[in-house]
Amino acid sequence: MKDFIRIRGVSKHFGDFAAVDSVDLTIEKGELFSILGGSGCGKTTLLRMLAGFETPTSGTIEIDGVDVTNQPPYERHVNMMFQSYAVFPHMSVENNIAYGLRKERTPGKEIARRVDEMLELVQLGDFRSRKPDQLSGGQRQRVALARALIKQPKVLLLDEPLAALDKKLRERTQFELMNIQDELGVTFVVVTHDQEEAMTLSSRMAVMDNGRFQQVGTPKEIYEFPANRFVAEFIGTINTFKGRVAAVAEDGIKVYSTEAGVTLTALGKQLVEEGQEIEVAVRPEKIFVSKEKPDDDDDVCIEGVVDDLGYLGNRSLYRIRLESGKIVQVSSQNRRRSVTRFLEWEDKVWISWRALSAVVLLD
Amino acid sequence: MKRQSRFIVSVLAFGYAFLYIPLVLVVLYSFNDSRIATVWGGFSTRWYGELLRNEQILDAAFLSLRIALTSATIATIFGTMAGIALARFRRFKGRTLFSGMITSPMVMPEVITGLSLLLLFVSLQQLTGWPAQRGFGTITIAHTTFAMAYVAIIVQSRLMSMDESLEEAAMDLGGHPLRVMFDITLPLIAPAMVAGWLLAFTLSLDDLVIASFVSGPGSNTLPMYIFSKVKLGVSPDINALATLIILIVSGGVLLSWLVARRRT
Repeated sequence: MKDFIRIRGVSKHFGDFAAVDSVDLTIEKGELFSILGGSGCGKTTLLRMLAGFETPTSGTIEIDGVDVTNQPPYERHVNMMFQSYAVFPHMSVENNIAYGLRKERTPGKEIARRVDEMLELVQLGDFRSRKPDQLSGGQRQRVALARALIKQPKVLLLDEPLAALDKKLRERTQFELMNIQDELGVTFVVVTHDQEEAMTLSSRMAVMDNGRFQQVGTPKEIYEFPANRFVAEFIGTINTFKGRVAAVAEDGIKVYSTEAGVTLTALGKQLVEEGQEIEVAVRPEKIFVSKEKPDDDDDVCIEGVVDDLGYLGNRSLYRIRLESGKIVQVSSQNRRRSVTRFLEWEDKVWISWRALSAVVLLD
Repeated sequence: MKRQSRFIVSVLAFGYAFLYIPLVLVVLYSFNDSRIATVWGGFSTRWYGELLRNEQILDAAFLSLRIALTSATIATIFGTMAGIALARFRRFKGRTLFSGMITSPMVMPEVITGLSLLLLFVSLQQLTGWPAQRGFGTITIAHTTFAMAYVAIIVQSRLMSMDESLEEAAMDLGGHPLRVMFDITLPLIAPAMVAGWLLAFTLSLDDLVIASFVSGPGSNTLPMYIFSKVKLGVSPDINALATLIILIVSGGVLLSWLVARRRT
């Protein structure tokens, strides 16, 4: 079914401050949707409105065709996994997981069966009678997940699900979450400040700032075609060149940039006019560095010198200084093992990229 | 280094001595055979026997215990409600006023609290005929009013340090607010409620000033009785009584410590 969750013109004001500012969004059934943004951008407030802990100042929220805007949390078929996990400290793992069903007055046998199922799903069978303070952070998170999933919610909300875990555990849990979501087909809405987490987890995502969505799309769309400067800089690193539109052609927008010293071609869905001041953006990994001038005429080639370099193991980072003084960041995979450095400081190099790797950025 | 640690130890010893030597003396002299409370006349337990035969003391002690139990229990119920309101209902009209008025009995001089309550009871009696006589009822009400403030503060601070999302999680899982209160909030603030109850109990048992104001003829609490006796000179059976109270209080403190340790 399309449009499983429908958020229409939702705003939330705290006094004069608009935490969420007329947001529109539709999420399909079975999607793993992420809301990404820095702290204070309104993402948690939006999630809490979906859960029912906050009532929108204006606008409506529909879940599965039912208007839930003013429904209290205990009447919604929506469950949430809290950032702090909020595992009840005075109850055993088993009782924590069974809590939701007990409130529904499910028969005892049924509860026992479903608790067993959940314990198996999150692999906590051996810990069923432990108290939360005898569990590790990762195990507590599983309890919180099982507790939220046992009621078979229409939507599972996850508030910074991986923020409290260490890096190794985070990567493993990420894939486990995706597998569980895939297995159960529940619609997940994840709130996170970690762009990598959002990119790997989600089928679609929204980037939020100042209470508004800056862009909604698949991770690929957002990374490759950022809608504006905020999105481009929030997701990964990006090089920008200021320039003036020379021509709008069918195969891209031609932009003359004094910073780059050449005419660049960029893709963009935005409408631009000739003579307009815009920015052209290229991701560091789309740029190649070489000592000789590449011979492909379609590529953009600029000469520069190595200003700084860094070895990160799997890749190397270069900062290339152009004639105009502009610094361009380049990231290149270390495909071959080599003890000696391919480039040294102040080496003369060429940077190049496929003409259509660049995108147009408006503010 | 060594000199400094010796200094610290002696300060500590002096502090403890200052606190506990008087208590030890009371316990020692309760076993004093002499009729004059301040002169040692050999070991004896006769004052304990005498204490048990002194009906005035026993009545006073029994009254004090009844008042302490009742007022501590009522204060815990109302104080907990006030504490929850202060910690969990963030925005309501008159919140600042409410929070100030909750804590004011703690800083109000006891003489004023006692006097104002006495005035209240007297005018109530003139208007409605109740309370017909001042005693157990009026003292219990008076003790409840100020003990409530302490319970409210203890419960509030416990709730402040408790993760609010615990209650939200329970609501999210289908618990109605009232059920969540009994499932989650109350079990988690129970240690604070026990601590508040114990504090209210000891405050009531200890109070002399307010009780003197609001009690009527014939209803003497234990502190009132001891105080009136001491004015005539310390009699040795008071020492015996004090020793018993010390024993009970230490037992209570030990018990609450054990309860608190088991919970965490």
